[in-house]
Amino acid sequence: MKDAFGAPQSLLVLGGTSEIALATARRLIALRTRRVWLAGRPSPALDAAAAELRGRGADVRTVDFDALDSASHEVTLGKVFAEGDIDVVLMAFGVLGDQARDEEEPMAAVRVAQTNYTGAVSAGLVCAGALQAQGHGSLVVLSSVAGERARRADFIYGSSKAGLDAFAQGLGDALQGTGVQVMVVRPGFVRTRATAGLPEQPLATGPEEVAEAIVTGLRRRSETVWVPGSLRVVMAALRHVPRPLFRRLPV
Amino acid sequence: MSVDTVSLTGWGRTAPTTAVRFRPRGYEEAAAVVRGRGPRGVIARGLGRSPGDAAQNAGGSVLDLSGLARIGGVDAAAGVVRCDAGVSLERLLRVLLPLGWLPPVLPGTGRVTVGGAIGSDLPGLDHRRAGSFARHVSALELLTADGEVRTVLPGTALFDATAGGLGLTGVVLGATLRLRRVSTGLMAVSTERAGDLDDLLARFTAGGDRLPYASAWVDLTARGRATGRGILTRGEHATPDMRPAHAGRTRLFPRSGAAPGRSPFPGLPPLPGGLLGPAAAALCNEVRYRSSPRARTGELRPVPAFFHASDSLPDVRPLHGRGGLVRYRFTVGYGQEETLHRVVRRIAARRSPAVRAVLQRFGAADPGLLSFAAPGWSLELDLPAALPGLGRFLDGVDEEVAAAGGRVCLAQDSRMRPETAAAMYPRLAEFRELRARLDPAGAFRSDLSRRLGL
Repeated sequence: MKDAFGAPQSLLVLGGTSEIALATARRLIALRTRRVWLAGRPSPALDAAAAELRGRGADVRTVDFDALDSASHEVTLGKVFAEGDIDVVLMAFGVLGDQARDEEEPMAAVRVAQTNYTGAVSAGLVCAGALQAQGHGSLVVLSSVAGERARRADFIYGSSKAGLDAFAQGLGDALQGTGVQVMVVRPGFVRTRATAGLPEQPLATGPEEVAEAIVTGLRRRSETVWVPGSLRVVMAALRHVPRPLFRRLPV
Repeated sequence: MSVDTVSLTGWGRTAPTTAVRFRPRGYEEAAAVVRGRGPRGVIARGLGRSPGDAAQNAGGSVLDLSGLARIGGVDAAAGVVRCDAGVSLERLLRVLLPLGWLPPVLPGTGRVTVGGAIGSDLPGLDHRRAGSFARHVSALELLTADGEVRTVLPGTALFDATAGGLGLTGVVLGATLRLRRVSTGLMAVSTERAGDLDDLLARFTAGGDRLPYASAWVDLTARGRATGRGILTRGEHATPDMRPAHAGRTRLFPRSGAAPGRSPFPGLPPLPGGLLGPAAAALCNEVRYRSSPRARTGELRPVPAFFHASDSLPDVRPLHGRGGLVRYRFTVGYGQEETLHRVVRRIAARRSPAVRAVLQRFGAADPGLLSFAAPGWSLELDLPAALPGLGRFLDGVDEEVAAAGGRVCLAQDSRMRPETAAAMYPRLAEFRELRARLDPAGAFRSDLSRRLGL
């Protein structure tokens, strides 16, 4: 159960090697979390992440989860929920893709869309159903500002996140009154392994800042979290910039 | 019986969860709910005044017993009343006082049901003399996991587990209470101001137990030499000769059935940021401290006005903002006053907007396995949950209290760690063992029991 400050006792991370998710897990373990499930494709990185969190005093288990294999989500996640209540589900899986290559190879682009959107739809619905049955819990969905308005530079990734964002907002409204909270997190450019070689953009943050914002959002029971918070204003303005002008902007 | 699906929180409005709420009109309907429960169990709920998650059951059933509120027979000669669990202490007081009797234990609020008072084994303002609520229960009717209603008598293991058992041993449906005889409906009240915490504790102990009902408000915003200053209010039941001569014709007791005064302020919607900042809270406290008399004795007040003064105040929860409020109540033994000092200093140093803080003195511990009261001092305070870093701060206070052999009140908790609870309540293992034996499937569960693994 979550305490009065929204700190969960059990956490399920979908995309168990995500740097943002692990930074969040570390913070939550320092607060209250005792049981952590890391869901992801089996890899040495996943085991290393589990071992690291175990060292911080949590009971960590890993579960075999593939975002692309939507048909398996119900069974895989059902097993996790059968083991006990999950207070917070953190949907942190996703791929950035490579815009230039993806434009050349449609199948690679489809893979981005399937991971970020289709996989999240099936996993999100399975988790939402399970949380609804237990009458409490939070579903934290890692969206992106890229989904707020499509840019020339990353519209394949951006469009998949736009779909995910709309899905999560709708799911949040559908779950109103069921005791389940859906929180959409929209970080800007985050310095992680995936963005290592890319040119940094303005208002860039690190995984720690995003994790901090997620923990604060859980405490406040927020519906939308922007990281950094100033992006809310920036994107509110950018959303209304006329397209001919938007194309010329260096963003 | 009305049934609906609702999102419930405690009085503190933190951590909402959704459950199916049943409002039974009789014992049979309540038993039917327990027999037909789902896998996530049942918990009883009264007026919802517990600040934490003791009366919530996420994804399960909640038995709202506030409608089950008949006062059965009052034996005015023997001083015994038989009533349903949903009767509030406020109403019980209103009915009994004209007959010359009082509920056995009166806490600082009347908005508690008899069931809730048993489930949290509520200590009254005269705990040193009377002990907690369940000591005055001569029998209670308990709806257990098999759907049967049993009469449980004091001295049995099930009674001791149910007293202070947070509703986890079954649903208390009714109880027989032994009452306290009073000769007037008035209290003789003495009020004194104490300049710091040492002074306050000294005044508490000074008068002995001549005035049995005692509690103090502590100013947690005062700092420096005034840290822990407060107002001590003590009272005793007035005898007829205590009334002034010109009051010869005033009634000894209020009229039967007089309704309590309603608050003139309707509930406000929650305010976004919380209006009550440190400066506003300090100002409130300063005014309250300065406007109280330095020392006054023999003031006569009606019984409800003495015990339930806070109930007539407007609901201040909106001032704490959307995040709700967290109530922290702990007790430390006599001889551990240094811990009390340290906690008060730490809260004052944080400049938290603490307006409500009540200090009490407890007597001998009660037989209930999870009863809160233990000999020593008890401090209860409300803080806005939105204060940054409050969770960790209170964890730190928990450690300090546990190290001093004290404990934090489970019935009002919304944030403790399971390990801390186990360390503070040494008889928890016994309670778990008894629960596992009587209710192996875990029919009675609450968010609190899930969170703390009770």
